[in-house]
Amino acid sequence: MATNPSIQEQLNPRLSYRKKLGSVVYFLLLAAVLVGIVSLIVLLARILFEGIPWLSWHFISDYPSRFPERAGLKSALFGTLWIMGLVAAFTIPIGVGAAVYLEEYSPKNWFSNIIEVNISNLAGVPSIVYGLLGLALFVQWMAIGRTVLAGALTLTLLVLPIIILASREAIRGVPDAYRQAGYALGADQWQVVRRIVLPSALPGILTGTILALSRAIGEAAPVIAISALVYLTFVPTDPLDRFTVLPIQIYTWVSRPQDEFRGLAAAGIIVLLVILLSMNAIAIYLRNKYQQRSRE
Amino acid sequence: MVQSQQESETLEPVAGQSQSDENVLAARNLSVWYGNFRAVRDINLDVKRNSVLALIGPSGCGKSTLLRCFNRMNDLVLNSRVEGQIIYNGTDLYAPSTDSTEVRARVGMVFQKPNPFPKTIFENVAFGLRVNGFKGNLQEAVERSLRQSALWEEVKDRLNSSALELSGGQQQRLCIARALAVEPEVILMDEPCSALDPVATLAIEDLIRQLVAKYTIIIVTHNMQQAARVSHETAFLMVGEDRAGYLVEMDATDKIFTNPSHEQTEAYITGRFS
Repeated sequence: MATNPSIQEQLNPRLSYRKKLGSVVYFLLLAAVLVGIVSLIVLLARILFEGIPWLSWHFISDYPSRFPERAGLKSALFGTLWIMGLVAAFTIPIGVGAAVYLEEYSPKNWFSNIIEVNISNLAGVPSIVYGLLGLALFVQWMAIGRTVLAGALTLTLLVLPIIILASREAIRGVPDAYRQAGYALGADQWQVVRRIVLPSALPGILTGTILALSRAIGEAAPVIAISALVYLTFVPTDPLDRFTVLPIQIYTWVSRPQDEFRGLAAAGIIVLLVILLSMNAIAIYLRNKYQQRSRE
Repeated sequence: MVQSQQESETLEPVAGQSQSDENVLAARNLSVWYGNFRAVRDINLDVKRNSVLALIGPSGCGKSTLLRCFNRMNDLVLNSRVEGQIIYNGTDLYAPSTDSTEVRARVGMVFQKPNPFPKTIFENVAFGLRVNGFKGNLQEAVERSLRQSALWEEVKDRLNSSALELSGGQQQRLCIARALAVEPEVILMDEPCSALDPVATLAIEDLIRQLVAKYTIIIVTHNMQQAARVSHETAFLMVGEDRAGYLVEMDATDKIFTNPSHEQTEAYITGRFS
C-alpha cells in the first residue's frame, strides 16, 4: 500500500491561492462595470451642472438667437416632434406588416432567407449612409427638398430594419398552440393573425418600436445630410417645410466659440435626454406589464 | 342549433359515395406523408355517430396524425400530404372543393396541453362564434357552452377575467367549451388529460360521457384505463417495420380489452409490449 499513495495524498488544493484569485477576478469584473457607470455619471453630472442654469420656460418656447440669453430651441423641439410623429406613422404599418409577412406568410425558401439576412444587415448599416441615401433619393431624385418629409422618410429607412426585427421577435414569441387553437376553431389565416397573433405580440412590438423611434430622434448624422445646418426661426407647419431637430441644434451650439453656447448645448442635451428617457420608460413599463400578464 | 344557421358552401356529398347514417366519419385507404416519410398507412375505419372512439397505441404509431386528418389540421404542417379519403357525412374532406376552415367549424378539437387564448374567459368561448360570423345571441351561446362543459358555475362571476387565471383542469374544460361553442358534430381530443392531475382527469372523463349524447368524440390516449372508461369503440394502432403507423384492429372497447382478435393488441393492453 505504501507504494500506492491514495488520491487524497496526491491532491494540492492551494486553497488560499484560489481564494485570492477569486477575489482578484471579482474586483476586475466590478471595475469593468464601474468604467461604464462612472463615466456616465460624470458626463451626466457635468451636463446637469452646466445646463440647468440655462433651463427655463423661454428656452423651450423661444427660437434660436445669436444672443445666448435669448436663445431657445422651440424650432428644434417641434422639428423633432414632427419627425417622430411622421416616422412612427410610416414605420409602424410598414415594419409590422413586413414582420407579419415574414413570420406568418412567407414560404421558407432561399429567397426568404436572403431577405432575412439582409434585414439583419441593414439594421447594422451606419446612419450616415442612410443620410446620404435619403439625400440622393428623397431630396434630389424625388425632389422633395430639404423638408420634414424627406427627413422623416430617411429616418424611416434607418429604423425600419430595427422595427421589423423587433416585431418578428415579438411575433415569434406567440406560442404556436394559440395559432393551432385558432385554426381548429375554423379561423382562417388572417383571422388568426389579427385576433390572436397581433394582440399577443403587441406589447413586444410597441416596445421595439418605441426603442427604435428613440434611436431615430437621437440621430444627428443622417438629418444633417438631409436638412444641413440651418438657423430656423419658425416651426414647421406642414411636412414640406424646412426643419431642424434637437441633435442638430445641440451640435450647432457646441460648435460656437462662446462659453455661453456650451451651456445652452448642455441644456439642449437635458431636454433631449428627458424625451429619450421617458420614451424608454414607456417601453419598460409596457414590457413589464406584458411579462406580468404572461406569467399569470 | 348554430350549425343550421350557416349554409354549407363546399361540404356537398360526393357522387357515388354511400355511407350509412350511423357513421359520421370514415377513413378510406388513408395514408399521411411528411415529405418522404409515411407516418400512417392504409387506414380504414368508421366512426359511429354519438359514440366515443379511442385511438390507442405506442408512441409514434400515428394516433395524433390520424386524429388531425379528421379536421385537416395536418394541412398546417409543412410538406404534409394525405392520400385516400376522409368521408364526413358522405363528403370527402380532402376533395379540392372542400374548404379546410369550414371543416374545422364542423369538427372541433381539444389539444394535449390546455391552450386558452390570453383573452378573457368570455372571449375564449366566443372566438369560434365570432370568426365564423355568428349572428345570434353571443351571451347565451357562451353560457350554453360553459354549462355543457360543466364550467359555468365556477366562472359565471368572472367571465371577464383572464382565462390564464384558471387552473389547468378548468383551462382544459374552457378549451372544450370553446370547441363546443360552434356546435360541431365531432370533437377530436388529443390526449386531453395528459397535462392534468387525477381529479381534473376524472372531471374531463365525466364530461366526455355527458357530451356523447350530443356529439361524436374521437380521443387519443396513452391511458388504457381511460380508453376503457370513456370509449365505446377502440382502435389499436401499431408502428410497422417501415415506421409507418397502421391499424391493427378496431372493435367494441369491451371486446378489445377482454378478448382482442390480435395477439399484438393483447400484448399491448396487458403491458407486455412497450
